[in-house]
This record gives sequence, structure tokens and C-alpha cells, in this order.
Amino acid sequence: MATSSVSKGCFVFKPTAKKKRISGAEDFFVDGSEDVENGKLRFRLCQSTWDEMKEEIEQVQEDLNKKMLDGLLEFVKKSAASFWCRDDDWMSRMRASEIPTAALVLGVNMPDHTITFESMTELLHDSLTPFVASVQAKECTAMKQLMQKVLQRLMGTNVMVDEDEAEADLGFHTRDCPQKRVNCSLSALCDWYQSATKKSPVKSPRKRLSSSQSEFLQSPPVVVIFRDLEAFSPQVLQDFILVCSQYVHQLPLVFIFGIATSPSTIQRMLPHSVSSLLCIELFQSLSCTQHLATIIDKLFLTSKFHFKFSAKVLQVLVGIFLYHDFSVCNFIKGLQLSLLEHFHSQPLSVLCCHKQEALVHAQQLNDRDVERIQQLPSFMRYVEEQVPEEQVQLLTSSEHVKGVCQKLLKSLHKYHKNFYPALRCLHVLTSILPKYPLGKQIRELYVLCLEKKVWETQEYDSAMQLIRMLAKDELVTCLQKCVEILTFCKSKKLKKVGQQLQDITATCEKLDKLSDEGNLVDGEEGDRENDSSGKGLQKTDLFHLQKTLLEMKECRRTRRKTPYEILRNAVVDYIDNLVKTHLYPPESQPLYEVWYYSSSGTVRRHLNATPRTSIQTALSHPYCYLQNEALKNDSGIISSAAPDICIIYKLHLECGRLINLYDWLEAYATVATAAEGKDPSAIEGGKVDELKHARFIRAVSELEFLGFVKSTKQKTDHVARLTWGGC
Amino acid sequence: MSPAKRAAEVSGLYVRFVGDAEVLEHIVERREGAKVPKGSVQKLLALKEDQGPQECEGSVGEQDYLDALGTGATAGEEDGGGGGGGSSGPGGSAVFTFQTAKRSHKMAQMASEMARAPGRTVTFCSPGSPEAAGSPSRGSRGAAGETRTPPKVRPTGGRGRDVRSPAGESWASRLNSFLPQGRKVRFVSSTPHRLRKRLAAPNLRSESDSDLSPSHSEDEEDDDEEEREEKEELREAELTTPSKVAAAALYRTPAKKPKKGLEPSLVEEYFTAHASSKVTTSDRTLQKLQTPKLDQETLARLLDGKPSSYADEINQLNKEHEKFFSKWMLQLQLGFNVLLYGLGSKKPLLERFRTSRLLGVTHLVVNGFFPSITLKSILNSITVEVLEHQGSFRSPVEQMDFIMKSLRQDPSLQVYLVIHNIDGPMLRSEKTQQALGQLASLTNVHVLASIDHINAPLVWDQAKLSLFNWLWYETTTYLPYAEETSYENSLLVQQSGALALSSLTHVLRSLTPNARGIFRLLAEFQLESRDNPSYSGLSFQEFYQRCREAFLVNSDVTLRTQLTEFRDHKLIRTKKGADSVEYLLIPVDPATLTDFLEKEDAQ
Repeated sequence: MATSSVSKGCFVFKPTAKKKRISGAEDFFVDGSEDVENGKLRFRLCQSTWDEMKEEIEQVQEDLNKKMLDGLLEFVKKSAASFWCRDDDWMSRMRASEIPTAALVLGVNMPDHTITFESMTELLHDSLTPFVASVQAKECTAMKQLMQKVLQRLMGTNVMVDEDEAEADLGFHTRDCPQKRVNCSLSALCDWYQSATKKSPVKSPRKRLSSSQSEFLQSPPVVVIFRDLEAFSPQVLQDFILVCSQYVHQLPLVFIFGIATSPSTIQRMLPHSVSSLLCIELFQSLSCTQHLATIIDKLFLTSKFHFKFSAKVLQVLVGIFLYHDFSVCNFIKGLQLSLLEHFHSQPLSVLCCHKQEALVHAQQLNDRDVERIQQLPSFMRYVEEQVPEEQVQLLTSSEHVKGVCQKLLKSLHKYHKNFYPALRCLHVLTSILPKYPLGKQIRELYVLCLEKKVWETQEYDSAMQLIRMLAKDELVTCLQKCVEILTFCKSKKLKKVGQQLQDITATCEKLDKLSDEGNLVDGEEGDRENDSSGKGLQKTDLFHLQKTLLEMKECRRTRRKTPYEILRNAVVDYIDNLVKTHLYPPESQPLYEVWYYSSSGTVRRHLNATPRTSIQTALSHPYCYLQNEALKNDSGIISSAAPDICIIYKLHLECGRLINLYDWLEAYATVATAAEGKDPSAIEGGKVDELKHARFIRAVSELEFLGFVKSTKQKTDHVARLTWGGC
Repeated sequence: MSPAKRAAEVSGLYVRFVGDAEVLEHIVERREGAKVPKGSVQKLLALKEDQGPQECEGSVGEQDYLDALGTGATAGEEDGGGGGGGSSGPGGSAVFTFQTAKRSHKMAQMASEMARAPGRTVTFCSPGSPEAAGSPSRGSRGAAGETRTPPKVRPTGGRGRDVRSPAGESWASRLNSFLPQGRKVRFVSSTPHRLRKRLAAPNLRSESDSDLSPSHSEDEEDDDEEEREEKEELREAELTTPSKVAAAALYRTPAKKPKKGLEPSLVEEYFTAHASSKVTTSDRTLQKLQTPKLDQETLARLLDGKPSSYADEINQLNKEHEKFFSKWMLQLQLGFNVLLYGLGSKKPLLERFRTSRLLGVTHLVVNGFFPSITLKSILNSITVEVLEHQGSFRSPVEQMDFIMKSLRQDPSLQVYLVIHNIDGPMLRSEKTQQALGQLASLTNVHVLASIDHINAPLVWDQAKLSLFNWLWYETTTYLPYAEETSYENSLLVQQSGALALSSLTHVLRSLTPNARGIFRLLAEFQLESRDNPSYSGLSFQEFYQRCREAFLVNSDVTLRTQLTEFRDHKLIRTKKGADSVEYLLIPVDPATLTDFLEKEDAQ
């Protein structure tokens, strides 16, 4: 069962029949935890939560893509229809030799497009045509391959690539692939298409189609999808389009281009003579940031799911998204990982589920779990706030703890029910402010609220100050939106708030009508005042300016407020109050640890690792990994007793581009001799202990293996250094 | 944007008259009730305007993100650094250090410093180090010399400038004194060039500075950077020569605020080091050693007996990693793939994982460090041994398609793929990684792999990363890369040539006596000219002549046929010379060749 050999690099192990045993993921989840039942329960909860979330995500993605896909479908339908009635129409005769093409601008996060293309292919297949071929650039490096792939995917058979090549290995292959081989050309495709459509009324379109489309049903369009247009070689693409345009009368071809960057790529890749053969229509998919916003909105800003991110984790995941890949898929992967980690590492996560279930689980907690609850920081804070008798109870009686725990869980659910609508209201009000003091996206506000008491921040103050200056119509629209949010939420308390806001809005509008004239007069007066003062100060000096300003300040202080101002202040105070009652950070809630996953370091290390830093840390600071006192020291210092490779590494840092092996060896030998407690001066030139020599060789080979140095022929017995500072 | 604001932006450079009306407008609140233009609201508030234009989408400010990552990094180092206890992780600058560009005695000096205090710790790069601070005389001397001496490589025989430190200064001097008399350290300085560059730099800088608008989002970081830069320069100053300090000072004064001072200096150092093709290291070679090269076996024998220092700690570390085994299995089953990184061989760890968890399932072990591993051999193992498919494929693509199809059809078949060094030299190619990624993306294929090369992550682009769906695990083991490096043709290891020798004899035994004679002739010639460093092989014409004289061939066609056969068995290599003449060479080292001839003679 050895896995090392000098003649082989690949080893296969198959279990013998009796040893065959496949343990499920559940067993591995439970493995290592002392409470098996609890572990199994957590695993089930984890799985069900993930399934729910996945379903939601799929739903969201479907909805997001729906608009674009519907448009696309319509386009394909239309272009196919025009293929059949093109004789009647002057316009279509004009475009007789043009191939209808849909250009899909999808964004740079290429891996995410897979889902889009899959659902698109499925949709086309189900509702329009069985003839859909999707090709990727990396499988079509030449015209021949492109043709082959397209034909293969359309006809579902093997296609002969080249006559002589096929003949060459005919004897070899006839046994294995008895499938019919067709010559690889578009005319073959045409023939095949004719026979395929004639032979059987195409069965695939499942949706009922009106009788007017019967003709269409008989000869469905042939759709070719180019998934990543940018990656195709322009020459191949041009050739393919030119060839296809010759057959456009016999084949109802439709192209779909998947574009990652911008539509101008088409112009860049195809010369005018080719692009004029295409009749391009542009489709824009939703940007990935909007996509992410929707996902966060549906998964986190709702009380439907109980698993939550702490501010740090969310920041790390959003950071990876914004600064590394723009990939929603990766964000979801991060979510899956944190979900798993949370349920795996937090034994109390049995309580992270729907309310009724959680209450039952709370009742079933065993003594160990009760102890864990008592040790939760948030619970300890809660205990401290209680009266002494209660404290004693909480610390001694496990039954009592369970009861309190149920109570706290209920309040946690209630807190979240109120939290999100309040958050949305605040976001509605602040997202229209100039410069977005509390963030443009709701997730920014969310992170802020998760981190600390939002009303204690400076940004919040400035936001409130800005709201106090909002014009009436802006304020009214915002309030209306808030009312909408609040009336849809379940909590009674917030519904009442919504009602009150409704009243305020109504008053505001009433105010509008009542004081229209009065305001007008006021306004004119003010204007006049401004004008006159402006004139007086046309030529300025500092003294005058100061004087005027003081005057104006005086005047402002005494001026009475308009009814709208009073009302607006009332609104702001009201909102402020709402925020202060509902937007407490989750840390303030007892038992919040049960719902919130907070180990941002874990997430970051598993998703966005820095292997090089780790290696270099291990080399330059071995104490980080090996807790031996001999290695302990401050930064920039290394003990001569460090592992060989660390010493070698440190020595090599002192060198320039090339390193003399002999000098290196000598330097190493000096250090190593000293480490043994001998006098390093005892070494004489050319006499290096064999063992040290061997150790040196190994360490250098290891550095070479790691990619720090490489052998070079520039000079005898030298190696070249490959790293430079932090680059 | 109002003119006033614009004025503020081009601070100091642009003066204009501001009417009172504008000033008033700027300061005084507009009448309430009237529609407030957004622009004026902006001005009224002390929003953090210096933050510059906020990006529309950026939710977390860049600083926040850096903070989050930064704190995460140190936190991560603390709690997860392979059992690293309470020690705080070292900062980035400490990890990625680069001391000096070139001072050939530096290494020796450092070695001596380390040696001087065996067992206890010695500073060698911190400013407070007694060595760095205590030897100004040497530094200034060297520096003065440097600035004066134009960059020139001394001829080896000539009297090169001796860079030995003053007597008793450090062990470096002692080390040097052991050297044979003829040895001179060639010490080339490029300081004048650098100086020139630095002198030129400020002008360029100040020009570009004025173009920069002050409302730059990096403003906050600037202070930080400056601080760092100052430290850097401090260290530089103490480490390197005074001339450099002067240069730095020159560089500093004209530019009001040298932003990003750190970068240019690093960049400069890089280019100064790479600018000249001249090598500035000593000429000593390993031939000076009594045993210049050890062969692989001796090496293994020597290293085998020696117990590793810190064995306990290393064991402890590895025990920590073993705790993850169940978690890996769990995550593999849930659709993730696991990637291990960190210093030290991860093969033993993965092997333990394999023997403890994978014995009950079908699995495949791939040694990515194996020098002749190919994608084809991996795919073949899957098709032949796992899927038990007899028959061949025309191309790897076809084979991949077959594997994907069969594995999709049979979801109950779970295949675990353990790849040691997925970044191995033979697996680095784009196609191989793509194929492995496609395998990894299958739901019933689970990949557990390790990487070691510092640039390994560059192998994957976004698309491949999403195929692999990695979860990264740091598993620093500190174990020697014994097996991984045993294949390597290291400079220092003498290839025993056992393999080459046996293949030589085997192939030749099956040839005709004449053919053997031909090969022998070539071998002998090659051995004769072993001392000639410019020997590039025996030209075909000459070889033909010799063969004829020895009555081995009668026409050059016969010889060519024979040579083709040799070439097919990789016994010889042909090379076209500059004069487009074909040169023949046996790609085996002289020692092996001698052995071979001796063996032949014995027969």
C-alpha cells in the first residue's frame, strides 16, 4: 500500500468488498463531539437550514434572471418567426442574410454565468426549440473544432473531424463507437435539419402554441450559444460567422453571445464586413452588486432565517466579493461554510431554528448544555443585571435556566422581527441623503447597526441633521415608503408605529394645502430680504461681512419656525426614537451567540488564504508555530538553534540576485557549529562536517522546492534568488 | 461643483475672488421650506469631505476592509496558526523583509553574529543591534569607497578591494582569514547610479504631486505609510551606508511630502540589483570542499539517523492538524474540496489521513512532485482501475468526457482524489489544471490536495477556482520534504546515476557488436574531452570518420540509422551547433560513463 515509487506517480486503492463502508457526512459531523445525539440534531438542523436557504437563493436568482431571459426568449421567437415570413416583408428582405444575434452582457464574474446559461438552455429547450448548442472558447481553438462541437451538440452524434484522420484510426475505433459518423460541414447540418424537422413533428416544445405558430413549431430555430465571446479567437469566430451566413436561408440560425466586458467587444473582434452579417440586439443582465444586494436582502434582512452573520464575517465576505472576484457564487460558498462551521463549532446551535422547535430543544437541554449557556458572555451579562435572588437561581437551578432560556429565545425572535423593518425604515430615510452618511446600500447600514449602537456614531448624527433639512416632498415620499414597510411587517408594535407615521404624512400633506399661500408670502419676503442684504454687501471687507453675519444669526435665532419645520422635527425625533428602541446591536441580546456566527478569521482563512505569508512566517518566525523557548524572541531576531531551513532562509535574505553556494554553506556551518556549542572558529576552509553538509543540502533543496531559489548556469555553484522583498 | 469648492481642491495654487453673496450662501442656511439644493447641503455639513469621492458601490470603505482583513490576519495567526498560542502574529513588514541589496560579506557577517551567541538570540537587522550600530567605522569606510569607486568588476587576478572588516570586528573577518590567499571579494557598487537617480527623482515627484488632487482616498493611509516609510528609512540608514542616508536626505528635502516613499526605494533596489548582469559574489566553488557533492544515498543515510530538533513541538503541531480529519471528511462530502498549505511536507499528514479515513472508499493518490507524472497517467488510472474500462481514447478530452459521463451516471461511486503537490511542475499546465478542476467539480469526486510553492495560487484563475471550490487549510508541519526533493536534480546532490547506468547497459546489451563499438567510441571521446568546458559534442562528420577508421560502418547511412536508434532510446542527444553542424552528446555525467566503460571492459 505504499504511495511512493520511482516509476509511478499515481496509485489507485479500491476497498475490498468486506471493508467497504461509507460513512455519511453525519458521522463525520458527530465525530469528535461528546454528545452524539446533540450532534446529529445539529447536523439535521444545519442541513435543513441550508436547504431552505438554497431554495431561497435559487428562487431569487430565477426571479432576477427572469426579465432578461424572457426578453431573450421573445427575441429568439421573433427572429425565428421572421425567418418564415421574410418574403412578405420588405424589412426582413433587407436583412435576409443577417443572422439574428443576441448579445448578453453578463459582467466579469465568469464562473457565475454557468447558472445563467444553464437555465437559459433549459428554458430554450423546453419552450422553443430542441436545437440548442452551447460552446465555450477553450474547446474551440480552431474552426474545425468549433464546427465539430456545434454539430455534435446539435445532432447528438459523433462527427467526423477530418476524412483521413478518421480513416487513420478507423480500424481502431469502429469497435468502440458504432455511432454513425457524419461529415463535418454546415451542409451536412442542413440536410440533417431538413430530415429531422420533416421526419417527426418536433416533440419538445411542451407549452401549447397557437395554430399560427404551427409552421414555427415544425421548424424551430437553431440556437448557438457562445458562452465567453472574449476568449474566442477572432479569426475562428469570423470564419464561422461567414460560413453560417451562407446558409442562413436554409437554417434558421440564431446566435447568442455571452459577453463579460462591454458590447464594444463585438466591434473590436469582428471587422465591419463580418459584423454587418449579424443583426445584434443587446441584453443586459443585472449587475452582480445588485444580485448580491438581493441575496443579502432575502437571506439576512429577514427574520425567516435564524442563522446570522456578525458584522465582521459579513464584512469579510462582502470584502472578498468587492475586492477579489465579484462572484455571488463565492459569497454563497462563504455562507455555506459559515453555516457549517457555526453548527459544527457551537453546541448550542440546536437553539438556532424556528421558534416552536427551539423552545422544545431548550426544554431538552442537558446539564452540559445548560452549563454552556451559563458561560455565554451575553447570558452572563444578563445574569448580572438581575436581582440577587434571581442570580442565585440562574446559577444553580438548571430547570430555571431552561425556563429563562425559553423566555430569552422568544425575546430574541421578537427582537429580530422588529429589527429588520426598523432597519429598512432608517435606510429609506438615509439612502437619499447626499454623500450617504450611513451608506448607500442597506448592507452598509446593517453592518453599522450590527457593530455598535448606531445612534452613537457621528455618521448617524450627521444623517439626522441632514434629514432635518429635507424638503417636504422628499420627506413625504420617504415616510410613505416607511409606512409601506411597516404595515407589511408582522409585529404589532411596528404596525402601530406605521399608523402613526401615516398620520404624520397625512398632516404633512394637509399642511401643504393649508399654508400654501402663507408660505408663498413668507418666501417672497425672505427673498427680498436676501436681495437687499446681497446688494449692500456687493463690495466686501471682512469687517462688514462679520457684521452682517452676526446680524443674520440674530435674526435667525428669533425667527419662528414654520409648521412644516416643527412637524419635520417631530418626525426626526420619532424616527430617532424608533431607532433607539429597535436597532440595538445583537450583542446586547442575551443568547445572541446561538444565532450569530462571528469567527471571521476562520472564514477568511478558509476562503481567502495567504499561503505565501504562512510559509514566510514559518520561515522567519518559527516560534509562531513551534512553541519552544529556545525559539522565542522579538521580531527580527532569530536563534541559531532554529530549524535548518529557517537559518538557511535567513542567510539567503542577505544576498543579492545570486548566491554563492560555498559561502552559503560556510555561513550555515558557522551557525550550526555554534548551535552545537562548539567554537565556530574550529572550522577550517574546505572541511565541513558531512552531516552539516547533508543538512545544508536538504535545506537548500527545500528552498528550491518552495520556489525561493533556483539553480542557475550563470556562474558555477551559484543559485539565483527568486524573491524580492514582498514582491 | 461650486467654484469655491474647486478652489479648495486645488489648494493654494488657485486664488480667485469670492463674492460675498457666495460666502453668505456658503455659510448661512437657506430659508427653510424652500427646496434645498443638494449641493449647498453638502457644504453646510462637516461631513468627512477629505475622504474623497465615495465609490458608489463600495459598501465597506477600503480602510475598513483592510482593517477587517488586517485584524483578521493577526487574529487568525493567533488562534489558528497551527496551535500558535498567545503570541501575536508578526506584521507584514516583518515577514517580508529584504535587508540589503548586495554585500557579499553580509551573509558571513550574519552567520557570525548568529554563531557568536549560540543558543541565545541575536539581533541582526533591528536598528538597536550592537553589530549594526557598533560598526560605523566599517560602514563609512566601505561607503566612502563605494561612492568613489565607479562600478567596475575587478579582474580576478588583480588586487580587489578587500572588504574584510577591521580585525576583531566580527567573525566575518575570521572567516575571511581562512580563505585562500588568492581570493578576493569582488565588490561592485552601483551607488553613483542610484544617487543620480535619486537626485533626479525629486523634480519628477514635485511635478506629479501638484497634479494630484488632495482629496484622495489614500489620505488616511498616507500617514501610516509615511510612518512606515520613515522606519524603513531609519533602518536602511542604519543598515546601509551613509551615502545612502545622504541620498535619502536629498531625496527628502525638495519634495514637500514624499508619499509612497517606500515603494520607489524597494523598486529601485530591485532594479539596481538586476540592472547589471555582473555578478557580485565571490568566486569560491564547492570544489574547495573535500567532498564536493554527496550522492542521494549518502544524503539519506546521513539525515536518517539524525533526530530532528524540536521533534516534540513538531509532533504536537501535527497532532493538532490531525484533529481536522473528521472535518475534512465532512466538508469533502458536502461538496467542498480541501487544499492544504504551509511550510513542511504534508505527505505524511495526508498519508495518515488516507490510512485512517479513506481505506473504506475508492481513492486515488497522485504524487504531483513525481517528475514524470502526466495527466494521461492520472486519467488512465481512473478509467482503467476505477471504472474498469478496457479500451483506449483518442485524446485526453475524450477521456475526460468519458470519465465525467460515467461518474455522473453512477452517483453511488464516490472517488477520493489525494493529490500531493497539485502545484507540481508536471501538473502546472493550464490544461492539466482545467481537467483536474473538472474532475473536482463532479459531486462524487472529492479532492484533497496540497501546495508548497510560494507562487502556487497563480496556477488557478477565477474560473478554475470556482471549479475546485477549495477550502484552504493551513497545515504547517515543519517536516522535511524528504520524498518531494529526492527526485530533484539538485545542484548539490550528485546523481548516483544508478538508473542511467543500468538502462545504458540494458539497451546496449541488445545491440550488435558494431553498434556497441560506435557508442563506445562516442563515450570515449566524450570522456577524453571532459575537462574541456566548451565541449559541445562530437560533430557528425568527425564521428563518421572515426567510425570508418575503426571499421565500424561503411557508409554514413548506416551510421545515421544507428544513431537514430540510439536517439530513440535516449542514449544520445543531437544538437545543432552555430555552424549548423550536428553535434552528438551522451547526456550522462562523466562518472557514470566511466563506470559504464569499466563494466564493458570487464565483460
